[in-house]
Amino acid sequence: MKKELRLMKGNEAVAEAAIRAGVDGYFGYPITPQTEIIEYLMEANPAETTGMIVLQAESEIAAINMVYGGAACGKKVMTSSSSPGISLKQEGITYIAGAELPCLIVNVVRGGPGLGTIQPAQSDYFQATKGGGHGDYHLIVLAPASVQEMADFVDLSFELAFKYRNPVMMLSDGAIGQMMEKVYLSPQKERSKTIYDWATTGKPATRERNIITSLDLDPNGQELFNLKLIAKYNLIRENEVRYEEFQIEDAEYLLVAYGTSARVCQKSVQLAREEGIKLGLLRPITLFPFPSKRINELANRVKGMLSVEMSAGQMVEDVLLSVNGKVPVFHFGRMGGIVTTPEEVVECLKSKFIGG
Amino acid sequence: MAVVTGIKEIIKPENLVYKKTNIMTENILSYCPGCGHGTAHRILAEIIEEEGLQSEAIGVSPVGCSVLLYNYLDIDWQEAAHGRAPAVATAIKRLMPEKFVFTYQGDGDLAAIGTAETIHACNRGENIMIIFINNGIYGMTGGQMAPTTLPGMKSSTSPYGRDVKTMGNPLKMTDIVATLPGSYYVTRQSVHTPANVKKTKKAIRKAVRYQKLDKGTCLIEIVSNCPSGWKMTPVQSNKWMEENMFPYYPLGDLKTPVE
Repeated sequence: MKKELRLMKGNEAVAEAAIRAGVDGYFGYPITPQTEIIEYLMEANPAETTGMIVLQAESEIAAINMVYGGAACGKKVMTSSSSPGISLKQEGITYIAGAELPCLIVNVVRGGPGLGTIQPAQSDYFQATKGGGHGDYHLIVLAPASVQEMADFVDLSFELAFKYRNPVMMLSDGAIGQMMEKVYLSPQKERSKTIYDWATTGKPATRERNIITSLDLDPNGQELFNLKLIAKYNLIRENEVRYEEFQIEDAEYLLVAYGTSARVCQKSVQLAREEGIKLGLLRPITLFPFPSKRINELANRVKGMLSVEMSAGQMVEDVLLSVNGKVPVFHFGRMGGIVTTPEEVVECLKSKFIGG
Repeated sequence: MAVVTGIKEIIKPENLVYKKTNIMTENILSYCPGCGHGTAHRILAEIIEEEGLQSEAIGVSPVGCSVLLYNYLDIDWQEAAHGRAPAVATAIKRLMPEKFVFTYQGDGDLAAIGTAETIHACNRGENIMIIFINNGIYGMTGGQMAPTTLPGMKSSTSPYGRDVKTMGNPLKMTDIVATLPGSYYVTRQSVHTPANVKKTKKAIRKAVRYQKLDKGTCLIEIVSNCPSGWKMTPVQSNKWMEENMFPYYPLGDLKTPVE
């Protein structure tokens, strides 16, 4: 079926894509800069068309626990928020990871710490990729760099979430969430009627009762579970790394950037090349799993790398680990809701590597 | 041998007066002797069996003494984070409205850390049943002050007795819930005597019926004892409960539907 072309904000695209992906339930709480998601869903009123439930919860905490309840029934459920709200959700997210439930959490990142600012930032990288809540766990983290990807990654998120029974975070930012671009929308999918054998759907006589929990008071049992999670994360690292490369064939220097910064860095590559500097860009699409192998390979070919993020330097730690000392790695990025300019990136690159 | 043969002769279906309900599993309860949880579990299991709800029931268990409730009743369970059971149950019921959805929560879970989730689920009139065990103490962590601990009552975090000036007053959450338009049936019961067990069982049965009729939130508070936390024998604790808990938390219906 033909895709429909629309002009939309990133936040609206996520909402429309969720309806079209056949999502069963959305549970949210307003916070800038992502409130358009719940507004769009309430206006669209998919309960009347697909039967999708849309509920405004009393808090982000309640919303993520609604996601837990729905996911444990094997339903396609999601929530969205922005940085301070995502912090509130962390308790629920670690329980979801601990109970191995599939779901989508969208974070339209704003600057922090604390209440911070409502302007775009990428300062939640650590929180998103290293766990975020307590205990040993990982989310699968997808980083869209366009309105199109915000729409497309809804389907991809649920595919991965159900494949691995693991929560997926779409780590966007206030720029991509708020800006309007053309977007091709997939045709409406029917909501799934699958009844999963692990889900709490009421115990029939034909199976044992299903218990969704993250509790194991037996240390041996808990350690076995931790090992099971590690094996799952390793499988995800093996199978699900996604990235995009831009002008790396002859690159002597490499920018590593995701989301909004990656868009800025495309222009930086162009500007640098106009000055005769052979610059390339690697854009991680999955932040967990991180494209470590590829970055390590590229470290054999380039003279240095610059991690560009709208943060004080978070992803740069993963770039450093990937490069493992082969070439110098630096970080550049603006903070506080300021979007880095392409010229600033080139200036930094020159000052760090070329001198002058 | 003659005695054993005698017992075998007595064990016949026609002589059966009492047995474990099929919904209770073979797992040994983790509760202290004399605790009300076991009785509350039993009557909940009886209702699920008698009403034929096993394939429909999805329970949400709390954090607290009854955290392992999912080991004891042979139905599908979700273990919620501390206090979040009403939010969890909200989504289950919204997404699977044909199922029988309930939470089982203690006083710390429902009336302290989960205050917001409790009030808002009840205020939305979520079509779920909430069973609220109020024993005025945090049992699982070893007897700390609960939101429902009585004035002057000693606990490990109120060792000189609850001083309402510095520690606040006991929260009558059930009374609050009864004032909310979304709640349909709100009652306070106990399980410390056979007569009270019957009343509580009747209340649970009503809540099951109301949920089938899509009436809104039903909350059943069960004022209960905690012999270990109160540092009393089971008999003493029941007497203390009658003399001290019931005056503050009087038994009876707080909100009944006009039928």
